[in-house]
Amino acid sequence: MTKLSRRRFLQSSAAVAAGSVALPFAGLAQDDAILVGGLHDLSGGLDTSGIPMSQIFELALKEINDTGGLLGRQVKPVIYDPQSNMSLYSQYATQLALKDKVAVVHGGITSASRETIRPIFHRFKTLYFYNTLYEGGVCDRNEITLGTTPAQTVEKLIPYVMNLWGKKVYTVAADYNYGHITAAWFKRYVEENGGEVVETEFFPLDVTQFGSTIAKIQAAAPDIVLSAMVGTGHFGFYRQWAAAGMKSRIPMASTTFGAGGSEPIIMTPEEGDGIITSFGYYPTIDTPANIAWKEKIAAAYPSNTPVLSELAEVTWEGVMIWADAVREAGTLDREPILEVLESGKTYDMPAGKVSIDPLTHHAIRDVYIADLKDHEFIIKEKYEQVPPADTQMVCNLEEDPDANVHHEISLN
Amino acid sequence: MDYTIIVVIEILRAISWLVLLAAGLGIIFGMMRVINFAHGEFLMLGGYTVIMSTKAGVNIWFAMLVLAPLCVGLFGVLVERLVIRFLYGRILDSLLATWGLSLLMIGGVTLIFGNTVEGVSTPLGAVDIGAYSIPAYNFVLIFFAALFMVAIWGVMKFTRAGLIARATMQNPAMAEALGIRTTWVYMATFGIGSAVTGLAGGLLAPLTGVVPTMGVNFVGQSFITVITGGASMIAGTLSASTLLGSISQGMTILTGPVYGDAALLLAALVLLRLLPQGITGRIFTRSL
Amino acid sequence: MEKPVAKDPGFYIMVLIGLLIMFGAPIWFDLFAIMQVTQYVVLSVYALSLAYIWGFGGILSFGQSCFFGLGAYTFAVSSINIGETTFPFILSFVLPAAFGAALGYFMFYGRLSDVYLGVVTMVVTLIFWKIINHTAGPEYSIGDARLGGFNGIPSIPILNMPGDPDAWLDPAQMFKFFMFLLIVVYIGLRVLIASDFGRVSVGIRENETRSSLLGYDVRRHKVIIFAIGSGIAGMAGAMWATYQTFIDPNAFSLEMSAKALIWVMAGGVGTLAGPILGVILLQWLSLKLGTLQFLNNFVILGAILMVLVLALPRGLVPSVKHWALTGWEMFRRRERAAPPAKEVTSDV
Repeated sequence: MTKLSRRRFLQSSAAVAAGSVALPFAGLAQDDAILVGGLHDLSGGLDTSGIPMSQIFELALKEINDTGGLLGRQVKPVIYDPQSNMSLYSQYATQLALKDKVAVVHGGITSASRETIRPIFHRFKTLYFYNTLYEGGVCDRNEITLGTTPAQTVEKLIPYVMNLWGKKVYTVAADYNYGHITAAWFKRYVEENGGEVVETEFFPLDVTQFGSTIAKIQAAAPDIVLSAMVGTGHFGFYRQWAAAGMKSRIPMASTTFGAGGSEPIIMTPEEGDGIITSFGYYPTIDTPANIAWKEKIAAAYPSNTPVLSELAEVTWEGVMIWADAVREAGTLDREPILEVLESGKTYDMPAGKVSIDPLTHHAIRDVYIADLKDHEFIIKEKYEQVPPADTQMVCNLEEDPDANVHHEISLN
Repeated sequence: MDYTIIVVIEILRAISWLVLLAAGLGIIFGMMRVINFAHGEFLMLGGYTVIMSTKAGVNIWFAMLVLAPLCVGLFGVLVERLVIRFLYGRILDSLLATWGLSLLMIGGVTLIFGNTVEGVSTPLGAVDIGAYSIPAYNFVLIFFAALFMVAIWGVMKFTRAGLIARATMQNPAMAEALGIRTTWVYMATFGIGSAVTGLAGGLLAPLTGVVPTMGVNFVGQSFITVITGGASMIAGTLSASTLLGSISQGMTILTGPVYGDAALLLAALVLLRLLPQGITGRIFTRSL
Repeated sequence: MEKPVAKDPGFYIMVLIGLLIMFGAPIWFDLFAIMQVTQYVVLSVYALSLAYIWGFGGILSFGQSCFFGLGAYTFAVSSINIGETTFPFILSFVLPAAFGAALGYFMFYGRLSDVYLGVVTMVVTLIFWKIINHTAGPEYSIGDARLGGFNGIPSIPILNMPGDPDAWLDPAQMFKFFMFLLIVVYIGLRVLIASDFGRVSVGIRENETRSSLLGYDVRRHKVIIFAIGSGIAGMAGAMWATYQTFIDPNAFSLEMSAKALIWVMAGGVGTLAGPILGVILLQWLSLKLGTLQFLNNFVILGAILMVLVLALPRGLVPSVKHWALTGWEMFRRRERAAPPAKEVTSDV
């Protein structure tokens, strides 16, 4: 119903716009290609994650074109650079939905950026794929979320490292939602496994000195340090931790270290080796699918090969799963595509098997545990088909298909 | 007991950190009344110099102590000649221009070096103090902060260059009348200020992740320290760093990093209300 | 010199253009363009707040975003709690204005001036920014509104008709209302600047000592100017919050403060039209750059800013005005010998 009126509205307003004063926001030439929106930060503080995601996004579209296109048409990327700036996110989202009328949008990195654009796509009924790991809790039928959430990774990581190292845990985390929620999951699983969190400390994102914290950790003498530190300021933590000679004394595990792929490169082996992490994808996954995928990327970007991480791989999944759904639905209309996506299909991806939980529109996927050595993650363990248990606690899209919220998952 | 020693060292290190951050900015602001908003990016450039040259096989100490100040100093001279010299006496225009410069540098470094480059780990390893172990590098920081202050003081007080600089700072017109080329003095000052910032950036490189956008994490602290200190370069930087560093680090140790930062800002606010010209506007007014 | 408003053709032209856009834009432009222009309108109000206190009161604030953010969060928290937007909108003017008055009292009666004033405003802004960034945990909520820390507050209500919480403004109505507010702020400031009060404040800007020797209470005057600017910035913040239906701590960021400075400086200090132009030009530029894949956007934006400072030191509007006058004088001189063009303090 709303769809119809919106269409009519857009048609009439587009006709008016065509005759209006030439505005600086001219859309792309309307040829026959299917337009696909990509919204990743290509400059500014988030570009370490955004550039690889955008490269993979383009490559995935190219792959679709090389294998015959979609519905007999080519696909064409519409890429905007929000420059790590939330107000540009909201403008480009509006532009993609209203002006370019793209078939789908992939993108958004931080939760803040997602919560800026998600309501816009919901409102204008533009299908949206969020291809990033995040704190969980989005309940919106219009959004497909393929990255891991804390329940998926933390649940596996905690018992693994507690078995290895001991029961007394000290948590350091970034002082924002992701850090807080991850820390809460740390605490829950540590306690479920019979351990104890002696202290949880939060750090604003711009803190760069960690000397006093490192001293405090030494005073508390835990068996394990769990880190949910995020961002460039917090790189200093790992560096100063190693400098204080702590690496050989207290082992560390994290579900954020290397999330965007850059920490394992920036940290030297003396600093990074031995940190155990858990994600939904590692470049070192030893399957033919992943090896072939990496070769494809190296061939497409010989000089500026993107740093591969869960973010980049999941972006590939997003585009491919969308394309598959379009083929099966035989149309670009949102409703039939969503129905295909909700049918519980399983997809073979470089990261392993991925399927979409129809109740939450989050991914049920394989989760890995890996140990960093010499800039590379050595995979230690693989858990198949882990459900997004956290989001499942708060979201049921079958009962409430019009939901349009980001739940704060509370563990208390 | 050993925890007390750790706390004292941590506070000293926090003070040195502020001294290092603020010294270069203090020189430029104190002498020329130019607000260098790209200060954080000058630090970043120093950090990148260290990373890139150690990667190329240069000794890390040589990179930190010689190459970083040299490169950033030269870059500073270039910036002064191309941009800043047109903006003397226009404090805000200099702010706007250096804001542009900071964006340009972030983007430029990303383009040239990329934003994910392997850093350098902290040299020297750890030192045990009682049951605790801390980076030996902390002492390097403290040493260089002290050395900075003494060196600047010595140069300003006892050399002819220092005399000329002080004269230009106090009364540029008179200095010019006495045959001093004030434009050269400004150029040199900006270059030296940049070099000091580059050195600081080099020294910080093994402690933080060096990425193009790292500057933003430091610029606020640097400014507040410089302005709270007031017009005198050495006494100002030193007194402000000591005061703010111990307050914020004390709070950090007692409560946590959030309140440490807030305490630093609050202390700066109260100080400026009581001493509107900065600490050295009222106390130590005759010092350098 | 400040001309009486009623005799300045520039004033009427500006108001006319404003009215034209207000009523014309919804007819000519599509929904998307309207939403873009709405953004420029909101940020123009914000730029005017600084243009006024800086250009006509001589108060240089590095912390204008403090009031912008305060207004935005005031609106967000109160409208989420009340479920209606009229009172929150008014509150988002009153509260920042009151805070501005308090901070102004603290600063001006403490005889802070020059750069130090700038830094105090900056430090206050940083404190706000730190605190609001620290509110991620669930314990930080005011009534029904979670402050949300770094991620900000989502789902802020859209403005509604006074008294009828269900009558939301659609984008075109919201645009008209905001445009109306911009025109009101513009006229209000022009009238204020031309009033006795405004002439005294310009006098203070030019020479503080002389003004106080003439018997004007400089400090009280400055506090009032500062409070007015703060209130306007707060209102702009509320407009921003409801326009985006979302607000995060970036509203309090140094970047947001610096942007206001840049718009005013690029457009021309001591004008009101200039900052509006500055907003449109620079915001459009950064939007446009993001749609191109060329070099790195920070490089281009940075280079443009530097060139702007060096090439147009007085800002856009005064420079253009100066060129126009010089050109006119040269043209006239060719007709008959005339004195060379004088420097004109712009007051558009």
